[in-house]
Amino acid sequence: MSDIIRRDPRAERIARNRLHPLHATVQRSETSWMGPNGIIRKNPHAVGFIGPNGTKRIDRSGAQQGGTAKRSTQAAAVQLPLHTVAAPSFYIVVVPDLVGGRLTTHDRDLLGLAHKLAGHQGAVLAVVFGEHKESSFDTAGVDRLLHLDGALYSGYAPEQQVQALTAIERQFRPRHWLLPDSRTGGGELGRRLAAQLGERPATRVWQVTDEHCIGRAGAGQQDLQRPLARVILAASECAEPVSESRHEALAVSLDTEVARCLPRIEDLGAVAVDPAATPMAEAEFILSGGNGVRDWDLFHRTAVALGATEGASRVAVDDGHMARNRQVGATGTWVTARVYLAVGISGAIQHLQGIGACDKVVAVNLDAGCDMIKRADLSVIGDSAAILAALIERMAAHRAGGNRDAA
Amino acid sequence: MQPKPLNVLCLVSIGAHPTSGRARRAEQDARAVELGLRLAGEQVQVLHAGNAEEEALRAYLGMGLSELSVLQQPDGADALPVLFDYLKDSGAQLVLTGSQAETGEGSGMLPYLLAEQLGWPLVVGLAEVEKVENGVAQVLQALPRGQRRRLQVRLPFLASVDNAAPVARQSAFGPARRGTLWTDEVHVLDDDLLSNASFQPARPRPKRLKVIKAKTGAERMKAATAKAAGGGGQVLKDVSAQEGAEAIFKLLLEEGVIR
Ligand SMILES: Cc1cc2nc3c(=O)[nH]c(=O)nc-3n(C[C@H](O)[C@H](O)[C@H](O)COP(=O)(O)OP(=O)(O)OC[C@H]3O[C@@H](n4cnc5c(N)ncnc54)[C@H](O)[C@@H]3O)c2cc1C
Repeated sequence: MSDIIRRDPRAERIARNRLHPLHATVQRSETSWMGPNGIIRKNPHAVGFIGPNGTKRIDRSGAQQGGTAKRSTQAAAVQLPLHTVAAPSFYIVVVPDLVGGRLTTHDRDLLGLAHKLAGHQGAVLAVVFGEHKESSFDTAGVDRLLHLDGALYSGYAPEQQVQALTAIERQFRPRHWLLPDSRTGGGELGRRLAAQLGERPATRVWQVTDEHCIGRAGAGQQDLQRPLARVILAASECAEPVSESRHEALAVSLDTEVARCLPRIEDLGAVAVDPAATPMAEAEFILSGGNGVRDWDLFHRTAVALGATEGASRVAVDDGHMARNRQVGATGTWVTARVYLAVGISGAIQHLQGIGACDKVVAVNLDAGCDMIKRADLSVIGDSAAILAALIERMAAHRAGGNRDAA
Repeated sequence: MQPKPLNVLCLVSIGAHPTSGRARRAEQDARAVELGLRLAGEQVQVLHAGNAEEEALRAYLGMGLSELSVLQQPDGADALPVLFDYLKDSGAQLVLTGSQAETGEGSGMLPYLLAEQLGWPLVVGLAEVEKVENGVAQVLQALPRGQRRRLQVRLPFLASVDNAAPVARQSAFGPARRGTLWTDEVHVLDDDLLSNASFQPARPRPKRLKVIKAKTGAERMKAATAKAAGGGGQVLKDVSAQEGAEAIFKLLLEEGVIR
């Protein structure tokens, strides 16, 4: 719908003529409108609506207008202003962790910091290795995106990645390198890069002011304040993430092919660890059961089949089906799992608090109206036992198929 | 015949107690020594660059070492060149370090710089050495969330350990007294860090506030009282259990949590 104000001369004529049979229908019921010469007009009598018990009600939030006035259509999703850097005078390079293929909050904070450093002249260049699932690079604050894909970068290949980063160093001459000082890769990659470039990095940086940065030193008893380094390994919450602008995320590429380096460290793949042994707060994938689980033996078998760490709601724990240290929620453990599969859990606020940091929530429940469904990214309405059994079957088929491929 | 034990060398530093700040053996370095003791037994060499007078060094000897070498240096000297000189012709096959010092800058750069200068591969977060055969080691690397990755790397190599490595054994008083500290005078190079940087007591970091960008009071009220709502989640209703399980399975596979 366009916002241009158009006059309707016929309707105006009818509105002026009180004897016209259609006069009542064209009477304005809006409370305020733009007059013909651009002045806002208000009709104080039209404000509010008649409530159910016959009294006039005024809702100042503007959300509710009774049945009288026609509600204006909800504005389309707000388009944030686009921040463009046509010809960047310098680059700030960010190498996000992209855990699970998506930007983490740490990555977003880092991009926010990069923008602080880039100002209006510089461009933020994000370097992404391998496959990713992120679709919001633009709102996260990426001006230029360099995507390095291919078999070379799959798996654990820090030496090859450093090789690519040095190629970027030669081509873009970035003013700063920003990496997350995290255990999920950024800390290691950043230090390898710094050693390669011969730069002394500022590590565990948590505050950057104009010319200085402050980072934790030693075991965290001291802070180290120093002039802004070229390579910055920043802690999480080092700056506010970008939230008020949209960015181009223009794809750029390297002029030269990255030399293939002979890997001295060979990746033999992940090792199966006992999911029951990983602490719940750290577990990556949790299968959690609540009052809607009847067959606990089946639940445990599903957890084994999926290779998930087990969790439970308070009711399940109170009823003695699960150990107390498995309780998720306000009075239990606050989990940080990337994927949380909640079976037969209604989603009481005390429980939802505990899974606030989870990325993807999957719910299995009989009740389509419960709060867990509102929180979940995928919900399946159905009986828990049947779905768990079907999941075990599906996993068995997957395993069998996988083994056949391998053989 | 018993295979020849690995020639393991551990680099240790002086730690600081997290609350009192008193000098102690550094937690991660002690874990490195523990790993070294498990791999090479008594043969493990332990090396420190710094002040040999420091009493806390004896805590490493108390773990069952007969001796510890010290490259005598004043505080604030750069440990990197002297360690490099020592390692270059030490014949070590595996050098273990902690991943971050507990005092000083604690940037965790030392193993990276040493590996770069020596031209050795570096394994970060070593948790376990599974086997060593024909000059190739198969090791487990610790990843976040309790995960492990198996790596193969050619000797000699450098490895840093973090808190996923085996817990260090207790230090016994008697052996700590009896052990010998060998001192080596070395050429001292000053570290230029403090010429332009300064240490200050750690400031508590401000807690991030939940900023609500709302224009009207009603919006703010809504934001304050809203329940966690993912919104736009996909809801599968009236599907068979198999279809439901298939959808869940697909999501789990996409997220890469099942293998
Ligand atoms: C001070 C305080 C602290 C608390 N702390 C916590 C906490 O830390 N953690 C916590 O979890 N709780 C906590 N609680 C309890 C919390 O309020 C809820 O009571 C609890 O989380 C509910 O657990 P539930 O979802 O398993 O059970 P219910 O609310 O009974 O939900 C069961 C769900 O299973 C579904 N269902 C039933 N049968 C089936 C079936 N066959 N197949 C599929 N679905 C089925 C139902 O539709 C329902 O949605 C706390 C409460 C208080 C007062």
